[in-house]
Amino acid sequence: MIPAAFEYIRAHSADEAFAALQKHGAEARVLAGGQSLVPAMRFRLARPAALVDINAVRELDYIRLDGGLTIGATARDSAVERAPWIKDTTWSLLHDVSRVVADPVVRQMATVVGSLCHNDPAGDWTTAALAARAEVLVRGRSGERAVPIDEFLVDSFTTAVAEGEIALAVRFPGSGDRTAGSYQKVERKVGDFATAAAAVQLTLNADGTIKAAGVALSAAGPCAVRVPQAEQRLVGQKPTADLIRAAAEAASQKSEPQADLRGSVEYKKHLAGVLVSRGLRQALARLGVQA
Amino acid sequence: MKVSIRVNGVAYERDVEPRTLLAYFLREECHLTGTHIGCDTSACGCCVVVMDGDKAVKSCTMFAVQADGHEIMTVEGLAQGGALHPIQQGFWDQHGLQCGYCTPGMMLTAYVLLGQNPNPSEAEIREGLAGNLCRCTGYQNIVKAVKQAAEVMRQPAPAAQ
Repeated sequence: MIPAAFEYIRAHSADEAFAALQKHGAEARVLAGGQSLVPAMRFRLARPAALVDINAVRELDYIRLDGGLTIGATARDSAVERAPWIKDTTWSLLHDVSRVVADPVVRQMATVVGSLCHNDPAGDWTTAALAARAEVLVRGRSGERAVPIDEFLVDSFTTAVAEGEIALAVRFPGSGDRTAGSYQKVERKVGDFATAAAAVQLTLNADGTIKAAGVALSAAGPCAVRVPQAEQRLVGQKPTADLIRAAAEAASQKSEPQADLRGSVEYKKHLAGVLVSRGLRQALARLGVQA
Repeated sequence: MKVSIRVNGVAYERDVEPRTLLAYFLREECHLTGTHIGCDTSACGCCVVVMDGDKAVKSCTMFAVQADGHEIMTVEGLAQGGALHPIQQGFWDQHGLQCGYCTPGMMLTAYVLLGQNPNPSEAEIREGLAGNLCRCTGYQNIVKAVKQAAEVMRQPAPAAQ
């Protein structure tokens, strides 16, 4: 189908984009990769009166290692996938996601920040951002603010980006060399939404106990879901098979999926636990720890 | 809105509605009907074209206005001077198509893949083409076709581009 008519505004700077969004308010949407927005417009699920195209905004096309990792609003998924340092263990969660989000062609246009702003219940980047405790830089009328991801993801397809505002970048904190993660996704075919998926990230202390843990699920609620019960179970403990089992059980209980053609509620809840368990094992293996 | 898009080296200056999708621009304004439209969900990859020489994009999932000032290559741009591109020759030799509907998208996705990775393993080819669907071939011969093209393109012979 052909999208409904809209006014097209091409921004050449973040200032121009912000001014256009301020002018058009609730009727305007930001066009970055467009890989979710354009299909939604084709199905007339979205009918924005104005699109503010930020693809020509060079200042937002960056991926910066700055202690943490900051990804600008127009940086493509494929740029993350191909970054030379992405194979460092500390970024293994993001590396995993960059290889399974959407499909290889869609990844050449799709953006990380756009995916966060779309906030699909079965999103991959949203789930990883929870596990890695990212924050999103949002520009509003009173300047820029960093929004913790838990506050950013409000509800299905709804974020903390208010009318007239723009998300400029996402920042993943650096956690040192004793950090690894894993993204485990079950999908019917490449490019399909996840049947179930789990993101985990662990940081170990020098004595081998778990210093920090992030555990989150995709397709298990209205938007990506953190599993605090699993995280609390893990922190301070030495990784063991029993501990992993307990964290997986907590994830399975926390999961509130919808039954659809991809599977029943029971199946998806079971899968959430299995994927957290596999993710924790893989993250530990990447740190040279067997559990 | 006035746009100027170079397609296969030719500049097309047109006045388009912003909602015109690039795939329709290519087919209806440039009359380059090798770009196929297979689905409404950016799932099938039949409409893949190459943007700025190094990026495979689904042209049904971007607006023509986004390509303003950019260089697009469609399947019609692969053959040079009547000689098939090694990727096309690969599909011909290895029977990489039956109905042919997915073929332009397959070949252009392969074009970008081979630009980034001139010597892909079979697994890398399969992974690289995972955003393109084929309902006929079972993919075996498509993978063989891309493998053959990679071998030909790696050689410094004049046939290689």
